[in-house]
Amino acid sequence: MTLVLTEEEILLVDAVRALLARAAPVSTFRALRDSGDPRRYDPDLWRELAVSGFAAPQIPERAGGIGMGYTAAGLIAEEMGRVLAASPFHSTALAAELMLDGATPDALAPLIAGESIVAVALDEGARHAPMAIATRAERDGDGFRISGLKRRVVDGGIADTLIVSAMADDGPSLFQVPGAAPGVQIRLLDLIDSRNAADVTFDNVPVGPEALIGAPGKAADRIARTLDVGNVLLACELLGIAQEAFDRTVAYLKEREQFGRKIGSFQALQHRAARQFCALELARGVVLKALRALDEADPATTQLASLAKAVLTRTAREMLNEAIQMHGGIGVTDELDIGLFFKRARAVGDWLGDDHYHRERLARIAWGM
Amino acid sequence: MTTDLDAFRSELRAWLEANAPAGVRDLPPGGDSISWGGRKWIFVSEDQRLWIERAAERGFTVPEWPRDYGGAGLSRDEARIFNQELQRQNIRKPLEGIGIWMLGPALLKYGTEAQKKAHLPDIAQGKIRWCQGYSEPGAGSDLASVSTRCTDEGDHWLVDGSKIWTSYGDKSDCIFALVRTNTEVPKQQGISFLLIDMSTPGVSTQPIRLIGGSSSFTATFFDNVKVPKENMVGQPGQGWEIAKYLLQHERESIGSIQMSKAGDEPLSRRALALWGSEGLAEAGALRTEIANYEIDAWKLAIYVERFRDLAKAGQGSAASASVMKVVGTELVRTQAELTMSLTGADGLGWGSDPAFDWLNAPIGPIGGGSNEIQLNILAKRALNLPEA
Repeated sequence: MTLVLTEEEILLVDAVRALLARAAPVSTFRALRDSGDPRRYDPDLWRELAVSGFAAPQIPERAGGIGMGYTAAGLIAEEMGRVLAASPFHSTALAAELMLDGATPDALAPLIAGESIVAVALDEGARHAPMAIATRAERDGDGFRISGLKRRVVDGGIADTLIVSAMADDGPSLFQVPGAAPGVQIRLLDLIDSRNAADVTFDNVPVGPEALIGAPGKAADRIARTLDVGNVLLACELLGIAQEAFDRTVAYLKEREQFGRKIGSFQALQHRAARQFCALELARGVVLKALRALDEADPATTQLASLAKAVLTRTAREMLNEAIQMHGGIGVTDELDIGLFFKRARAVGDWLGDDHYHRERLARIAWGM
Repeated sequence: MTTDLDAFRSELRAWLEANAPAGVRDLPPGGDSISWGGRKWIFVSEDQRLWIERAAERGFTVPEWPRDYGGAGLSRDEARIFNQELQRQNIRKPLEGIGIWMLGPALLKYGTEAQKKAHLPDIAQGKIRWCQGYSEPGAGSDLASVSTRCTDEGDHWLVDGSKIWTSYGDKSDCIFALVRTNTEVPKQQGISFLLIDMSTPGVSTQPIRLIGGSSSFTATFFDNVKVPKENMVGQPGQGWEIAKYLLQHERESIGSIQMSKAGDEPLSRRALALWGSEGLAEAGALRTEIANYEIDAWKLAIYVERFRDLAKAGQGSAASASVMKVVGTELVRTQAELTMSLTGADGLGWGSDPAFDWLNAPIGPIGGGSNEIQLNILAKRALNLPEA
């Protein structure tokens, strides 16, 4: 598939952009943050996205979705990055991916409709290490009892259901657990990006056999596949964040005057802006390549997913630091939106492995070093 | 449409199998086996001569040029298939050169019918080798300041001045040069685009020695050289416009050449071969830099793919050529630096491959419009930032 957007994809971007411009400009995120609403997401927006088919467009028709593919999902994630839309989009994508294989057509219906929020609880430490699973799932009759601590479960504070990875006797397994189940303790986190996340403790939580996703002990491939999808979609959001920050910065360079002239006329700043332009151009290609790979089940998908996340985490970080610097003093004030993008870029980059994690992973899996 | 292309491919495949001689197949990349053509050209083999002859007869030395001027009149898609089939059968391109890459496109866009007829077939058949006369000692990045004088003497032009950084100036037959025809107007408007036969009395070249030793560059001197009136391309004063059009071609080709150079052998494989995985793990800092380089190389490879797809979709932009030039040349420089680090004392030997590549790597970011000029172009054209 070509690395150019199709007409259909451009129309999708326009539609999503129009919806978000109306329903979720950055000011709504700022208002949400300032309101102190502990949910830290915008339920009305999420409902509207779901109604429009934008909440999980990648879910295939055989699983009850609209089957628009990962590229469509990525373009939506990018647009959400541009306005910092506070929605459980990524959690939903991760949950859907974990549940997808073998799911009955109606199993995903509540997710697709935006009626159910499912958070994914994989990591247990401060740094991403998805297969370092200390959480245990002990056999108990025909069910299990789950015990362990999961860190930074994104949207854990608003989820009705959690998907948790745990070691059963057969190996890594996945379970669907109601957030309200006895023994589940959800501790809300106050993270820099002002979005919903929680540490979740599972204290001998009983679940029935129906809670198991896939075969016991066989979750590794499912998790790996899901992380690929998640990382590519996060890279898309980072692209949107970086592009928006860049556009705002270039606009500022054309407007701000010092020494009697527009600061954008200074070559020192022009060259830095031009270098950021180069970085964004390259990053955009990487993201699109990874999305196409997901859609085509390219054998290089897992490498491209790490490439996308590694590149975009760093590109967005560097872009945001440049954006702040070029704005000068106003750039570090809370009043200016740039800081909101700065914080979100750091939080998104960290989720499911930052650039260091993915560079190391690539060094091993892509180049055998 | 697809079936037409499929038919074209199979016909072409058969033709190549029958006509590309063994001596132009499976050659090592680069180096001495490229044919540049020209009056002074000495064929490295009879097969090389035969291959140009046969390819030129079908227009395959310049596949996308119109048939009237020695091309094969292929569409973009057909030309892409042509390149794919050459690669598939590992056949060397019959002919390369600045005449094909740069002067041809300039003449096709700006030349008169007589100029196209006079020059394009000679390029296509490898009879004339061209070089480019742009930079001068006083006009490097500030190319619009060229001062090689060109005066109208009624029945001819008279050219006096000098050029520098002429690639293969000593091996070429003709030069297309930016000359100053008017000093009374803003500098860009007084430049003209002139074709000069280098066998004309008064033209001479002198080799330039670089930090890496001998080079393909010359200085080129014009001492009151008489040039026929019909050798000006476009109108007097239109030279800057033509030059800018061509520089874009140059940037793209530099970017992709650098790219393919970088793609020859992955640096990580070289590193593993030299150091072994344990050795590399111990040299953690170097391993990290190699991984970073590989990521950047992959990014660029994807960008080149996207660039081609965009061009095919009619969405290409001049900005992409500048991006590719900046990123590609810096990547090659990084690769050369890391290769030196990997090879240590072995790479320090004068004439060793790593040293040769390393000593030549700094040329990329300077030539073809320095990377700083590219950033200026991006700031102005892509970002619309105010004039400095």
